[in-house]
Amino acid sequence: MKFITVISKEMQIMNKMRIRSQQEKKLTHPFLVIVNKEISDHINSWRFIILIVIIGLTCFGSLYTALTNIGKVVETPGHNNSFLFLNLFTLSDGTMPSFVVFISFLGPLLGISLGFDAINSEQNRGTLSRIMAQPIHRDYLLNAKFLAALVVISIMFFALGFLVMGFGILTIGIPPTPEEFLRVVFFILVSILYVAFWLNLSILLSIQFRQTATSALACIAAWLFFTVFFHLIVNLISKANMPAETASAQQIIDYQKFVLNLLRIEPGRLYNEATTTLLMPTIHSLGPLSMEQIHGAIPGLLPLGQSIMLVWPQLTGLIAATTICFGLSYFSFMKKEIRSR
Amino acid sequence: MSRNIIELEELTKKYGSVSVVDRLNLSIAKGEVFGLLGPNGAGKSTTILMMLGLIEPTSGRIMVCDIDSTRNPIEVKKIVGYLPEDVRFYDDLTGLENLIYTARLNHISVKEADQKARELLERVGMTEEADKKAGKYSRGMRQRLGLADVLIKDPHLIILDEPTLGIDPRGVMEFLELILKLKKEQELTVVLSSHNLHQVQKICNRVGLFVNGKLLAEGDISSLSQKLFSDETFIIEAGISLDSFDEADSLKVAKNMDMLLEKLKNIRGVISINVRDNVLRIGCSGDLSPAIAKIIIDSGAGLSFLHKKEYGLDEIYNRYFEGDANHE
Repeated sequence: MKFITVISKEMQIMNKMRIRSQQEKKLTHPFLVIVNKEISDHINSWRFIILIVIIGLTCFGSLYTALTNIGKVVETPGHNNSFLFLNLFTLSDGTMPSFVVFISFLGPLLGISLGFDAINSEQNRGTLSRIMAQPIHRDYLLNAKFLAALVVISIMFFALGFLVMGFGILTIGIPPTPEEFLRVVFFILVSILYVAFWLNLSILLSIQFRQTATSALACIAAWLFFTVFFHLIVNLISKANMPAETASAQQIIDYQKFVLNLLRIEPGRLYNEATTTLLMPTIHSLGPLSMEQIHGAIPGLLPLGQSIMLVWPQLTGLIAATTICFGLSYFSFMKKEIRSR
Repeated sequence: MSRNIIELEELTKKYGSVSVVDRLNLSIAKGEVFGLLGPNGAGKSTTILMMLGLIEPTSGRIMVCDIDSTRNPIEVKKIVGYLPEDVRFYDDLTGLENLIYTARLNHISVKEADQKARELLERVGMTEEADKKAGKYSRGMRQRLGLADVLIKDPHLIILDEPTLGIDPRGVMEFLELILKLKKEQELTVVLSSHNLHQVQKICNRVGLFVNGKLLAEGDISSLSQKLFSDETFIIEAGISLDSFDEADSLKVAKNMDMLLEKLKNIRGVISINVRDNVLRIGCSGDLSPAIAKIIIDSGAGLSFLHKKEYGLDEIYNRYFEGDANHE
C-alpha cells in the first residue's frame, strides 16, 4: 500500500509539473513575440504585396515559355530524357529569361526591400527607444528582424517552387523523380541563402544610415555595382593582365582561374554557379578544363551528392558573405546608442 | 534593499573630450517624485538613458534598485518603466495592440496582457480610443498611452523624459495629476525630466538642477532657493506714501526717509534695501514683514502696500540658466 501511495504522490507531482510547463509553454518567449509581429508587418505591407505580385508574374511567365519549349528539348537528338523535369526551371527560348535567371535577378531586390528599413525606420518612428527599454536583450530585435524576413522569404520561395512543380506535373504529365525533387529543394535552399545575403547587407546599411531613403539607395547601388559595373571592372583587369599568345598552357590556365576567381567575388556569380550545377546534372566542372580532361571524362550525369560537392565552395562563400554582413550589423547595433529619435 | 532607489556615483559620460555628464552624484529615495531640471542639452536625457543601460557611461557607477544598470540592464528594465521624449507607437496597430505587445515583451501572457491593458487604458482615460490606430492619436493621447505602456510591467520606478513637452496647458495639468494619482495608487517612485519649472514645481518633492552636465543643486524648492541665494530668501516690497510726513520741507522729508532706512537696516535679518520710486525692496533672511510694517508706520510715513515675495523657481532659473528660460 505504501508503495502505491508513494507512486500516486509522485504522479501528483508529475502532473503539477506538467501543468506548470504547459502554462510556461503558453507564454510565448519575447523573441518569438517580436518575430511574430515582424512577420505580420511584412505580410501586411504593400511593399511585400507588390513584390510578390511581380515575382509571381515573372515566374509564371518563365514557366510558360519553359512549358511551350519543353517539347522541342525532347525532340532534340542526343538528348537523354532524364531530368526532363528540371528543364522547367532552366529552359528559355530567348524571349523570356528562365526561372533561375529571374530569381537571381529579383532575389536581391526582395532581400533589399525586406531589410533596408529594418532598424532606421524603427528609430525614425521613435519606437526603438521604447522597445529597447523593455527587458529584452538588444540583439533580440536584430535577430528577430532577420529571422522574420527569412521566414517570409522561405515560405514564399518554397511556395513558388512547389507551385511551378505542380503546374509542371499538370501540364507535362511526368512526375519528378525523387532526385529531381531533391535538386529543386536544394535549389530553393540556395536561393533563400542568396536572398539572405542581400537581406543582411540591407539590414547592415539600415543600421549605418539614419534615413531609410539613404540606406535603400545604398543597397540598390551595391546591387547595381555587382550586376553592371563589376563585370566591366573585371574585364578591364583581365585585359590588362592577358598573357601573351606565346605563354605556356599552365600560364593560360592560371590566368583563366584568376579571372574566374575575380568574378566569384560577386555573390550573384556564386549563386548562379551553384544553382546551374544543381539544376543541370550535366555540368561536371566549373573551372577551366583541358582538352585531355574533356576527352577523358565519362559522359553522363552527376549524382546529387557530387553536384553538391562541386558547388560546396560556392555555398561556403555565400554563407561566409552572409555571416560577415550579419556579424558587422550585430557589432554596430550592439555599440549603437539608442536615443529617442 | 536600501532606502534609495537610484544611486549615481561619480557618473561621467564623455563624447570625445566633451563631458555631457560630469561626475554626477545623486541619490533618489523610494517613493519620491524627483524632477531633473535643466535647459536643453544639459545631460538630462543622457543621464536617464544611462540609468536604463541604453548608454554606457565613461566612468562611474549607477545602481537602480540595487542593480548595476551597466552590467545588468535587463534586470533593471524589468522593474523600471521608461517613457521616452515624444513617445511613439506602431502606427498600424491600435492602442490596445501596442500595449499588449509591450506586455508580451515583459513575459506577460496574452490573456493577462489583454486584461491589464484594458484596465490601464481605463485608468488613463483612453477606453474610447483603445481600438483606434495609434497613428491617429494626438500628442496628448500618445502621452497618456505612453503612461499606460510604462505601467503595464508593474514597475517600481518610472522615468519620464520631458513628459509634458508639446501638450497644451490643460493637458499638462491633467497629465501631471494623472501621474500623481497613479503614483499614489501604485506606490511608485517617479523621476521626470523637464525644462519647464512651473510644471515640475507642482508635483515634485525634490528637484535637481542640471547645467552642462553638472548637478548645481538639489533639494525641495525652498531649500533650493536658500542654497542658491545664500540667506536672502525673502523679498519684501513696501510702498510708502511720503505725503503723511506732513512737513512741506523737502529736506526734512529726505531726512525722515534716511532715518527710516537706518532703522530698517538695524532689524536683524535684513540684508539689503533698495529704494525706487517710493518702493522699498528689502531683502531678508526670514519673514520680517510685521517688524518692517511697524517701523514704517512708527516713522510717520504712510504704508500703501506691503508685499511678501518668496524666491520661486523662476528666479532660480533666471539666475542659472539665464537666457534659456525666456524660451518658455
